[in-house]
Order: sequence, then structure tokens, then C-alpha cells
Amino acid sequence: MINLLLFPVLIPFLFAAILLFFPKRIKAQRIVTIVGLLAALVSAFTLLFKVKTDGVQTLTLGSWAPPFGITMVSDMFSALLVTSSLIITLFVVWYSFTYIDEAREKSFYYPAILFMLTGVNGAFTTGDIFNLFVFFEVLLMASYVLIVLGGEKTQLKESIKYIIVNIVSSSLFVIAVGYLYSVVGTLNMADISVKLAEHGGVGIVTVIAVLFLIVFGIKGGIFPLYFWLPGSYAAPPVPVLALFGALLTKVGVYAIMRTYTLFFTTDVGFTHELLMILSIITIIVGCIGALAYFDLKQIIIYNIVIAVGVILFGASIMNENGMIGSVFYLIHDILIKGALFLLIGIVIKITGTSNLRKMGGLMKKYPLLAWSYLIAAFGLAGIPPLSGFIGKMLIVQGGFEGELLWQSIFILLSSLIVLLSAIRIFIYAFWGEPKGESSYLDATSYKRLLVPTIALVAVTVFYGVGAEFLVPLMTDASNVLLDPSLYVDAVFEGVK
Amino acid sequence: MEIMMSILIGFLFMAAVYLILSRSLIRIIIGTGLLSHGTHLLLLTMGGLGGKSAPVLADGVTDYADPLPQALILTAIVIAFGVTAFSLVLAYRTYKEVGTDNMELMKGSEDND
Repeated sequence: MINLLLFPVLIPFLFAAILLFFPKRIKAQRIVTIVGLLAALVSAFTLLFKVKTDGVQTLTLGSWAPPFGITMVSDMFSALLVTSSLIITLFVVWYSFTYIDEAREKSFYYPAILFMLTGVNGAFTTGDIFNLFVFFEVLLMASYVLIVLGGEKTQLKESIKYIIVNIVSSSLFVIAVGYLYSVVGTLNMADISVKLAEHGGVGIVTVIAVLFLIVFGIKGGIFPLYFWLPGSYAAPPVPVLALFGALLTKVGVYAIMRTYTLFFTTDVGFTHELLMILSIITIIVGCIGALAYFDLKQIIIYNIVIAVGVILFGASIMNENGMIGSVFYLIHDILIKGALFLLIGIVIKITGTSNLRKMGGLMKKYPLLAWSYLIAAFGLAGIPPLSGFIGKMLIVQGGFEGELLWQSIFILLSSLIVLLSAIRIFIYAFWGEPKGESSYLDATSYKRLLVPTIALVAVTVFYGVGAEFLVPLMTDASNVLLDPSLYVDAVFEGVK
Repeated sequence: MEIMMSILIGFLFMAAVYLILSRSLIRIIIGTGLLSHGTHLLLLTMGGLGGKSAPVLADGVTDYADPLPQALILTAIVIAFGVTAFSLVLAYRTYKEVGTDNMELMKGSEDND
């Protein structure tokens, strides 16, 4: 099964193409989507075990020799990300069955999700820099459809801004690829890594490194390039927001981590220092935003910004603990942001508003929702047995080993603010006296929304409790990131 | 020749940035069009403008232009075309729904200004 690493990319694509034929038959759409996602998930798990036992998997399309054809590479890092993005999409789609209205479901909602997943998984798997650009466009194009689908006024206004920002950043990506091509004369990521190491740390390489940081920083939402994120993410319905929050920014983070560990390792003193400073400021502005708003969506959206900062800080330290912690925290964040958005989606449906001041006392009527929200909030902040703990602990440990005392203390303080912002939602929405007529949601829909949400919260709890099982996987992932020669040798295996 | 092209591309980028920072929606989209023209020309230039004949296999021709940037540009053109078509329709729809093409007036949402 040499093509195994393509299956998580191709299966969603195939099923999305099938779904285009019968947009009006909602039941068939739902069944085909779930079947497709399950098939892709099975292939992703198979891939994960294959990578675990046999090491990095590579495939150069069309049997061309590696630097000349497009190479797809699946190391442990990308296999883990592919698997978790499929898991999160499965739960969000299950949740969408009840949450999304029929008009949207009839207008290619599920195909758009699957096309976006194709782009996301492709971006995680590809080993060619221009192919990465193409997969970025695939996922962005599908995300344009998802953000504007429904055509409400707010959605239209915000998607204009989202699209223009992304057009500009895509153009910058092409410019960066052009510069890189003129310096090294190749597009294959493993080959670029070799050529740049031979080329050495001349000024132009550093300039290109910073240009790539700007490009992926716009996608990933780091300071000062996160400005588009809060407005645009608040516009679409909650399941779409959950997918965006869990996956899209993480693709940018993945791309930064990949390029900064594989390509730009010659002038670490400047590039990684810059990345570290920016990630710290990202955490600070995220914290300010998370405390400033009384809007459910905005609070969690600013928590995405904080998490991006934490992950990139761990990656910028470039030592073993920091990198393992980063990988741990990245997967944790994909799962927990998905879970939190699904939870607040139910709250918004029940109260009919996302303004915290207008809600209260949900604890009495919806105890199960309240307790699962509390567990997810503790998981987000990193209370020990839950999922956010181990990643942040390793990042802070890596920070202390790298003698970054103040920065590590910032990370710890940001946890307190994350906890405060999440608990504020709990206090305002769930405690106190019930306010207003809170019956926008009937009992059956409530149950149907609650089942996938609690299942996802349970997955995050298992992720935290079962960290012991995951350590070998995370170690494999960070080994490839810290030692690019593993990646390069896997790609050129059999050529040299 | 590369110097000339670089100046031209720089001029295109300048015009694009100026247009993208303006208020009218259609000017912004014209700006993104110029921006993608600039990037495509940049790709062509960065691949080097050497080579005497088109990259088509023929007898007796040995000095070809670099075929790779041309393939990249072709890909980037169709992607930019798709995105531009989408953004034009989106701009039209927004104009119909919101009743303005002024980006200054497209701030805020219904319940928070």
C-alpha cells in the first residue's frame, strides 16, 4: 500500500465530488459525508500506525525521482495532525446535522467542508512548497464558501474582509516562493533544506524567512497580523466557526513550524528570536482580547490567538522539551477549541444571544451542558489530569532549559488569564438566576447537539489522561522537526 | 532586462497597495488584480529571463527558457482567476444587500458597533 499516505487527502475529495451530484437530498448528503469521513479516519489511523512502525512515509507522484516530481511526505507530525483534523471534522459534521438549517445544507454545505478538509490534509502532507500554496488555496476557497454561505448581512461584510486579506497573503506567498526559487532553484522541501544548508546564512535567506513568517503569520493569526481574525470568525454559524478555529489557523502554525525547522536553520539567532518575541506579544494581545469582551464567541476566538502564541513559543525554543510540548499543545488545541465552540454553540442556541450579560442560570435547566463546559474550560487552562496540562508543562520546561525565564513565566500567567476568561463564561452563563425566556431550543434538538459535544469533550479528556501512550508518538514527531536530516533522507531514500 | 522587470513589478505593487487601501470595493478588487499581475511577472522574472526559445521540444534547439516558472504561473493565474470571480460576485451581492460599496460603512455587526 504505497499510496496509503494519499488516502486521507483523496477520500474527502472523492466524497465531496460525489456529493455535488445530489445537493437537494439532505439525508443522502449526511450519510455519504459521514461514511466518507469514517473511511478517511480509518485510513488516517492506518497511516499513523504505519509511520510509527516503519518511520517517515514518502511518495513522489508519477514515479519521478524526488526533486523533480511532487513528493508527499507523511512524518509523525503530519500524520497526527491529519488524524486530529479528521476527528474534529467528524464531530462537527455530526453536530451540524441538527445545528445547520436546511437551506444551507441544500447549498453545498457538506461538499464545502470536505473540500476544505482535502486542502487541510493536503497542506499537512505535502513535501513541495508550491504544492503547499495550491493546497492552501483549496482550503481557502472552500472556507470562502463556508464563511459566506447563508448570505446574512454580517457574513457578507466580514467575508469581504476575510477574502481580501487572504488574497493579499496568497500573493505574498507566491512572491516568497518566487524569491526562494531564484535563490535555490528548486521547489521540493527536502531539496530546499539541503540547498539552503549549503548556501549558508546569507542575508537574502533571512529576508525570505521573515517573508514566510509574514505569509503564514497572516494565515495563523500572530501579532501584528491577527487583526482580521476576530471579526471574520464571528460571522459564520458556530459549526463553521468551530472548524475554522480548530483547523485553519493551525495550518498556518504548522507551516511556520515546518519551514522554521526544515529550511531556515542557519540564522537561528535572528529568525527564531523574532518568532519568539512575536509569539509572546501574540499571547499578550490574545489575553487582553479574551478579558475585554462580553461576547461568548469573541472570548473563545481570542483564546485561539493565545494558543497560537503558546505553540509558536514552544517551537521557537528549538530544544527537545519545547518541541514535544508544542506538538502536544497543537493537537490539544485543535480538539479543545472544537469542543469549546460546540459547547458555546449550544449556549447560543438556548439563549438566542451571544452576549454574556443577557444570559444566566443555565445550570438549573441544563446541568450536563454546564459540567461538560467546566471540564472543557479546565482542559483549556491546563489543569493537571486534563489535556492542556502536559503540553504547556513541557513548553515551560523547555523555556527554562533554554534560559528564557521571563517568557516562561508569561506562559504560566497566560494560563491564569485563559482560565479566568473561560470561567467568566461559566459564572455569567450558568450561575445566577435564569434571565429571559430561554426556550429557543427544544428538548430533542438539545439532546442531539449534546451527544457529539460530550463525545468530543470525552476525547479531549482521554487525550489528557492517556498522555502516557501518546509520548512516543510526540517524541517521534519532534525528532523529525529537530533533525531535518531524517526528513531529507526519507525523501531521497533510494536516489542517492 | 531583469532590472527593468523589477522596476515594472515594483510599480505594479505600488499601484496595487494604493488601490487596496482605498474605500471603494471595486477599486480594492482592481488592486488585487494588479497585485496578482505583479506576482506572476515576478515569478517569471525570478526564474531568470535567459533562454532563446520556448520550452517546446524541437530538433536542433538546445537553449530553452526555464519551463518551471511558466507552469507555476499558469497554476497561479487560474487560481487568481477563480478567486477574483468569486470576490467580484461577492462584492456585487454585498452591494445589493448592504446598499453601499464604501468599506468605511461596513464596520460593526448588528448588536455591537
